[in-house]
Order: sequence, then C-alpha cells, then structure tokens
Amino acid sequence: MPDDDLKLPLLDQLEEGPWPSFVKDLKEQAKRRPQVGQLLKQLEQSYEDHWDYWRGTAINVPGYGGGVIARYSDLGERFPQVAQFHTIRVIEPPGFVYSTDALRQLCDLSEDYGAGIMQLHGMTGDILMLGYDNEKLMEVSEALMEKGWDLGGSGNGMRTIPCCIGPARCEMACYDTLKLTKYLTDKYIGYLHRPEFPYKYKFKLSGCGNDCANSVSRSDMPVIGTWRDDIQIDQEAVAQFVKENGPDWAVRNVTSRCPTHCIHLSGDRIEIDNRNCVRCMHCINVMHLALAPGRDRGVTMLIGGKRTVRSGEMLASVLVPFQKLESDRDYEEFSAIVERIWDFWGEHGNEHERVGEFIDRIGLGAFLDGAGIVPDPQMVTNPRSNPYIKFEEYAAPRLEGEPHKTANVLEHEPDREEDFEGK
Amino acid sequence: MAIPVEQLADEMYEIIKESAGVKKLKGGDLTKAMVAKYGDEVSRADAKAAIRMLIDSGRCVYGYFGGSSIELPHSEAAENK
Repeated sequence: MPDDDLKLPLLDQLEEGPWPSFVKDLKEQAKRRPQVGQLLKQLEQSYEDHWDYWRGTAINVPGYGGGVIARYSDLGERFPQVAQFHTIRVIEPPGFVYSTDALRQLCDLSEDYGAGIMQLHGMTGDILMLGYDNEKLMEVSEALMEKGWDLGGSGNGMRTIPCCIGPARCEMACYDTLKLTKYLTDKYIGYLHRPEFPYKYKFKLSGCGNDCANSVSRSDMPVIGTWRDDIQIDQEAVAQFVKENGPDWAVRNVTSRCPTHCIHLSGDRIEIDNRNCVRCMHCINVMHLALAPGRDRGVTMLIGGKRTVRSGEMLASVLVPFQKLESDRDYEEFSAIVERIWDFWGEHGNEHERVGEFIDRIGLGAFLDGAGIVPDPQMVTNPRSNPYIKFEEYAAPRLEGEPHKTANVLEHEPDREEDFEGK
Repeated sequence: MAIPVEQLADEMYEIIKESAGVKKLKGGDLTKAMVAKYGDEVSRADAKAAIRMLIDSGRCVYGYFGGSSIELPHSEAAENK
C-alpha cells in the first residue's frame, strides 16, 4: 500500500533548487514501497529532534567477518518496515566500469530483496545496497554470490580497493591500476572477508599524480603512478600550442605554475629540468598533446593517509619512492612490502589505531625498521626548517647496517602533559 | 611437529568460551596465545586456518564493537524483534 500520508516539511526543503534531490527520488519510490516512506518519515523525525535514530550492530553472513553495515531503528515500533534496515557492501569492478546487464542484475536484486535503493559508490568504493532485514540479508548475499558478485570489506580488515580508470581510458596512467586492483583483491581476499588488523586498512590506486582516486587523503596506502626518466616532449606540438594560445598564455598558465620552476618556454620550445620535476602533472595536464609522462614508469607507494577519528585528518607520505609494476616479480615485491607492514602493525598497533597513527606514535624510523624498509630521503614529509632544534632524540636512531635491536615501540601513548612537565 | 589445525581450532574455541563476556579476543590474540603455547610448532597460516574453521563451521562469529573480535554466536542486544 502506498503511503499517502507523507508530510515532510523539513525534507521538502531539500527538494528546492535546481539540483537533483534524493528526497524527490525517494518520494517517488515510496509510492511503490511503503518501506521507503517510513524511511523518509524517520529521517524527518531525526531532523525535527536533531537525533539519529539508527543503531549500528554486527550481523555477518556466515563465513564472512564484514560486508554488512547493520542498522536497527530505535523507532522500530512506529516504523516497523525500517526496524531492520541493513546495508550490504559489494565489491565493485575495477575502475567502476559496468555493463548495463551487470547494473540490471544489481538493480533487480535490490528491488527483489531490499528497498530498491543503491549507492554508487560508497566512500570505500563499494556498491552499497540498502534496506534489507535480517532474513533478506542472507538471501540477497546468496543471490549475489550466485551471480558472481562478492561482499566487500568492513570492520578491522583490508577494505575493498577502489582505483581510477587507469590505462583503460586514460593516457596519463603510469601503471595498470585495474590489474593491481584485481591482483590485490584476489591475493588478499581473506584479509578483506576476515578482519584481523588493529583497524581498517585501505588501498586506493591512482594511475598518476592527478590522483583521481583521492588516495593521498583517503587511504592508508595510496599507490600512485609515476615515472623516473624525463617527461616526453613533442616540440612540434609545443610550437603548435604556443601558436594557438600565444607565449604569454603559455607562461602564465603552464611554466609559471610549475611548483619547482623547472619548466621554461624558450621561443616556441619547452625545456624541462627533469631533476627538479616533482611529477605534479600540471604541465602535462594543460599541454597534454605536447607533453606526456616519461617511459620508465612505475608507482610510488605512500603510507598513512586517513580521515578523522583519533588523530584528525592525515595525508599520506612517501614510503617507497619508485617501484616497477610490470613483471610478476614486481608484483611479488610490492606485496612483500605490504605484508611486512601488516605483520609489524598487526603485532604492535593499538586497538583502533590506523597505520598512519601508528607511525605517528612510534616514529617513522622505528616503523621502517620494523617493516624492513630501507630509509630514503624522499620519505621525509617536511624538511627541517629550524637548524637549532634537533629531532634525533625523537626519531629512531637506526639505519640499515646497524645491529638489530627491538623496535622502539611504546606500549601506551605517552602522557604528553606529564612528559612536558617532566622537562 | 606441527599441531593439527583442528586441535588449534578446538583450543581457540575454549579460550573464546572462557573469555566470553570478559574480554573480546581478536584473531591476533588467538594466534599469539597458540604461539605462546606451542612456539614454532604453530605457524601463522595454521592459526588463520583454525580461525577460518571456527567461523565457517558457525562455532564462532565476528563481532564488531570495539574492533572485529571473534566471539561465540549471540543474538544482538540491539536487535528489535
């Protein structure tokens, strides 16, 4: 029975303006599904009371430790059709590319078992399918798996891996993001389905420094495509660019915006001091017909990005400046680094401590030592700006070749006030 | 000599049962407990296989609050029935 009594004065405001409105869509959906009408009513109540009436808990599909975001309504007696309103995370295809048939499958399953609401895609990259009760949750999981889909990650494990479209559609891609996504998902599917880390661990893969996967700020281990030889220059295309846009425009919009001022326009030719190039991609983006990433391509592995919770927002910093990703051996080297990090963090990380926070607590030196990674000057997040303050006492005093000692891991976070008072 | 995975699973189950309601145990805790007891006779892979056996058989489930712990199956307190 459609819900004819949908009085939603606060939500109605979200229908105003030129932009698409989820309220408008859900109201349409509510004409066919009373469950969605109750969902809107609960949301209206939440806006009125400034209170969230959802309660999270744990429900797992047998054999899985994640993939379900369970939500029970505190207003279940009033809105019985949303008393259980769970979300399923489904692993998305690399690069978010679907056939229309695949999308129809998902839509049909969502209509048949759930509220007919999907989110493409969640912040984790997963396909989110909303509105299942306990019983339907198990049924739709079976149905998804029969059709070749699988549940995504949640909880304290590896999360589903999103990536940019990569070489499938982008000329900037410096490595095969799609292949690495599949490789990591296949290899570590156990870590995705069976959480066993101190906290979540997210990869995000971007094919170049444009970072279309938002990896630096949103993942524990961003993997970003780069190159280590010279930027490729087609001087004829440069001359054409200068002829079409004028040299002033080229200086104002390309060369003067280089963060390290390593690119110069000389007449109608471009000259680049590649040793000082930081691979920011700006010149290549603007002059994409004339410039291209170098030919010796690979990835930069970073570590420690994340949002919110314990230590606030953190950007990832460089861990491995350059790693080839072409042969099987390259992929094995890549995964060996990942596993060493997981072992060390898994052993010493505190409960609910992301790997970036862990590094923050124990120091980069101790982390590199524990994970067996050779220090490199490019790992420095910020160069020291004050020569009178020495930080060595806070850093792990260990470099490669020194005798092995136990890593400088603190059992508990130091009491900072006491620490300062003591000094 | 390696300890059979079934034996590890049984011993892990006993630890989980004893800790129920007292302490939430994670996969790493169970692995460490087995390594502490048997040393080199237990590999991480065996410990993982034992945990997998516990979960797949339904003897234990993953919990979520305060980290993904391994627990005895239970009906959630928040569940509205």
